[in-house]
Amino acid sequence: MSEITPDLVRHLGVLARIQLSDGEVERLTGQLDAIVDNIAKVSEVATPDVPATSHPIALENVFRSDVPGDLLTPAQVLQNAPDSADGRFRVTAILGEEQ
Amino acid sequence: MAKDKLMDFDEALELYEPVLGFEVHVELNTETKMFSGAANPANSANHGAEANTLVAPVDMGLPGALPVVNETAVRYSISLGLALGCSIAPSSRFARKNYFYPDLGKNYQISQYDEPIAFDGSIDIELADGEIVTVPIERAHMEEDAGKLTHIGGSTGRIQGAEYSLVDYNRAGVPLVEIVTKPIFGAEHRAPEIAKAYVATIRDIVIALGISEARMERGNLRCDANVSLRPRGQEKLGTRTETKNVNSMRSVERAVRYEIQRQAAILAAGGTITQETRHWHEDTGTTSPGRPKSDADDYRYFPEPDLLPVAPSLELIEQLRAALPEPPAARRRRLKADWGFADIDFQGVVNAGLLAEVEATIAAGTSPAAARKWWTGELLRIANAQSREPAELATPRDVAALQALVDAGTLTDKLARQVLEGMIAGEGTPQEIVDARGLAVVSDDGALIAAIDEALASQPDVLEKIRDGKVQAAGAVIGAVMKAMKGQADAARVRELVLERAGSADA
Amino acid sequence: MTDLTKLSAAALADKLSSREVSSVEATRAHLDRIAAVDADVHAFLHVNGHALDVAADIDRRRADGEDLGPLAGVPLAIKDVLVTTDMPSTSGSKILEGYMSPYDATVVARSRAAGLVPLGKTNMDEFAMGSSTEHSAYGPTRNPWDLSRIPGGSGGGSAAAVAAFQAPLALGSDTGGSIRQPAHVTGTVGIKPTYGGVSRYGAIALASSLDQVGPVTRTVLDAGLLHDVIGGHDPHDSTSLAHEWPSFAAAAREGATGEVLKGLKVGVIRELPDSGFQAGVSESFRAALAAMEAQGAEIVEISAPHFEYGVAAYYLILPAEASSNLAKFDSVRFGLRVDVPGGTVEDVMAATREAGFGDEVKRRIILGTYALSAGYYDAYYGSAQKVRTLIQRDFADAFSQVDVVATPSAPTTAFKLGEKIDDPLQMYLNDVTTIPANLAGVPGISIPSGLAAEDGLPVGIQFLAPAHEDARLYRVGAALESLLVDSWGGPLLDRAPALGANGGAR
Ligand SMILES: [Mg+2]
Ligand SMILES: [Zn+2]
Repeated sequence: MSEITPDLVRHLGVLARIQLSDGEVERLTGQLDAIVDNIAKVSEVATPDVPATSHPIALENVFRSDVPGDLLTPAQVLQNAPDSADGRFRVTAILGEEQ
Repeated sequence: MAKDKLMDFDEALELYEPVLGFEVHVELNTETKMFSGAANPANSANHGAEANTLVAPVDMGLPGALPVVNETAVRYSISLGLALGCSIAPSSRFARKNYFYPDLGKNYQISQYDEPIAFDGSIDIELADGEIVTVPIERAHMEEDAGKLTHIGGSTGRIQGAEYSLVDYNRAGVPLVEIVTKPIFGAEHRAPEIAKAYVATIRDIVIALGISEARMERGNLRCDANVSLRPRGQEKLGTRTETKNVNSMRSVERAVRYEIQRQAAILAAGGTITQETRHWHEDTGTTSPGRPKSDADDYRYFPEPDLLPVAPSLELIEQLRAALPEPPAARRRRLKADWGFADIDFQGVVNAGLLAEVEATIAAGTSPAAARKWWTGELLRIANAQSREPAELATPRDVAALQALVDAGTLTDKLARQVLEGMIAGEGTPQEIVDARGLAVVSDDGALIAAIDEALASQPDVLEKIRDGKVQAAGAVIGAVMKAMKGQADAARVRELVLERAGSADA
Repeated sequence: MTDLTKLSAAALADKLSSREVSSVEATRAHLDRIAAVDADVHAFLHVNGHALDVAADIDRRRADGEDLGPLAGVPLAIKDVLVTTDMPSTSGSKILEGYMSPYDATVVARSRAAGLVPLGKTNMDEFAMGSSTEHSAYGPTRNPWDLSRIPGGSGGGSAAAVAAFQAPLALGSDTGGSIRQPAHVTGTVGIKPTYGGVSRYGAIALASSLDQVGPVTRTVLDAGLLHDVIGGHDPHDSTSLAHEWPSFAAAAREGATGEVLKGLKVGVIRELPDSGFQAGVSESFRAALAAMEAQGAEIVEISAPHFEYGVAAYYLILPAEASSNLAKFDSVRFGLRVDVPGGTVEDVMAATREAGFGDEVKRRIILGTYALSAGYYDAYYGSAQKVRTLIQRDFADAFSQVDVVATPSAPTTAFKLGEKIDDPLQMYLNDVTTIPANLAGVPGISIPSGLAAEDGLPVGIQFLAPAHEDARLYRVGAALESLLVDSWGGPLLDRAPALGANGGAR
């Protein structure tokens, strides 16, 4: 069995900024527990001598030159804004500090 | 909020050993952003743009948008790493730092985590008395800046109590290099001075490299200062605080001093230090608690799947190494010799963090003595009075232009100081200010002669004396003429003309 | 006149270029078909109100003698995961309802430049998470072969649209099988190109290291024609390959001669036992292999011992990357915002994401957040990335012995809507044969191999080739396709029940 608990799921909901209901927490705890039990088997073969692959096709040094492009107009920037004022996006009061 | 108790600085140092650490963020002045082709507001050409006018899809995290690395930003980062004496990683990669914040378009910051581009370096910094301190560098990594929040309502501009906030993504994606030191031991009572000298040295380096505008008041260079104290004789490091975004060199110095005094008072009273970020308040000269660091900080770093490893060739690294400007200490030795300053005068420039400004002013055609006089004299005095940095007040180019007007006889020293006031007030270039304020020296001999003749006529006794060879009596006439000219005349020329008109020159 | 919707894209393109048919006629025929059957199928989330104008413009340019591309004037359905400037792009989610992109996805821009006529946006599992299109926030798509069954997923809309003759061509995206598995259950053709072969710019990211855009069609040649339009290097996508690609349409035409089958070594994986597959799926697969063997192909048993870890690795990597990619949906810049009276922006974000995401999306975000959490990274995400290496090694071993690997495209034929919706683990196992290609970055194609005897529903066969060898898949796919279509006496889709007002399938 994995260690998925309702408290852990609640904490993950905070990290992922999803306001989970108690019912969801309960349901997700059971589902994640079963899923994690199944996928945890990756560690069986992932021995230290095996390198990790983060890109399926290995490339490196992919750059763009320092020339302007892809600029959006202010209207395009704001065209989907749920709320804006003064050419900027408006959000309600922020509780936390910046990182 | 209760006012922090502070312990006397010397007393604090008797009881505790301060350990310092710095994270300095340098905004690179590339044409475009780190991962998009939007113009870079950290480049002067784009500074002050209207909100949300320097934004490409990736900067605001639009669905489907993808980042592509700016090659120039990578070269700048390597150069900076080399200038910091770092090793350059044969392969480094980007990682995502995941956290939700409205200034972060994607709600993750593309940064580097376990594989930074540069690591393990050191730089020598020079203190006011010429002592050299070596600061060990842990790493320098590439990342992107966040957007800018403006808090509206509640107490002025503060996040607490604001009704709402406005987000501008112009700054989002500006290329940054974050330079992280290793713990700095042995700073002792010089800790505040070391803090300032360290930031000044980083600033000198990036200016010499030409990779950042390095204007602290614009946030081109931002310092987070870590301070911890440990009781004398204790091995284990104390709990540290991280004072964020201290935006001038003198504030860095003050903030470190403050934190030492504050932490010492708490520890001496049997308290414990909370590991937290703190905010520096320029107005009160204090720090206040910010976000507590805790286990809840879980950034879930993982390799950025949209980007590929950066693997600079040895050739590129050597090419950039060969192009490095000289190291700060060597540079100081050279400049001192070139300028021919006395020790005390040169140290004055160094201590004020004005090497780059003086150098640039000289390069723009001003004599070393005049350049030094403007920066460490007038500008430093005004800056101190306003709690600002001299570099915020004027550019080397304008200072050189001002001195050129003096040299050409267009301005007297006194007039030049008035023009400088205009420059600081943002009235334009020196010439523009001279024109607008009508400050130029009256060089029209006709006007001067008219004034002189009038003065001589009204003071016949003086005229007599001059004619009798009592040349010093001319002073009274010169004073009257200068007054009539509202100071906008060259006193030497007036004197010449007075003597001429008095006829004594010929006699 | 022939029913224009029944033509392959290649055949329609011929009629367009010979001016026997206008693009307006072709487009109108497909719009009419959509109007007739989409109430039943629900392949489309949005139908392009300007499609006829675009078609008229192509006709005008053709009349002016402009040199147009081979597919100019042919209608195209676009999976809603791809952003478009002229139609909403929702990725099947409520959180993006009505979202209008200020820029076109690269594949969309290239399709427009090639003169293709966007018909509309197709339905999909929300953010491409699913294998049934039941996870769309806008209701499921139904399988044209049996409206009570799933059309596969996540790209069920694109597959159903071509299967139901609502579009000759469609664009899809494949993160773990979302092009190939829908092709399997709808009797159509789908290709997942080599990772980096087609630009991801403008494809709303699910899992960046797995996602690949590709063609969804009724014939292998049509897929090649569309692939030629959308593929190739894109400087906006760092992972895009600077490879020189051959013409895939040419490869398909060459393959159709069947020559390629002579001496072709086809690998079958020992570790994928028949027992895990529906009988009719296995039978169809074996029959297709036998047909190839009869034409000179050699069937070689190969070992891929780490494929069994593929699903586990996939369900760590995908949620991890998705949890980060989907963080941008936070109510600040675009999309849904749920107001929380007196709440902070944190409360608004959390309430918006709670209301705007469906269950499957939340499940995977929470799972991915867990997999990346401090203390779990090495055991989960890190280990899963190692499994990718092992699967790549399995493929390298296999391709040292064979030219292509063959598998059934999915374990079962189309299941009933609702059958697996409450059992995520069962749902995840649908992708067992398609996932390894995404983990390793190699290309894969699914083409119809026949109907399962027990339920009369379509079955697909998947071929996999080494990275960069997409053309080989077009050759082999076209060869088998022509063999099978000959043996059936016509395309498999001819046997699908009729739909709509006149058809009365349901
Ligand atoms: Mg930091
Ligand atoms: Zn940083």
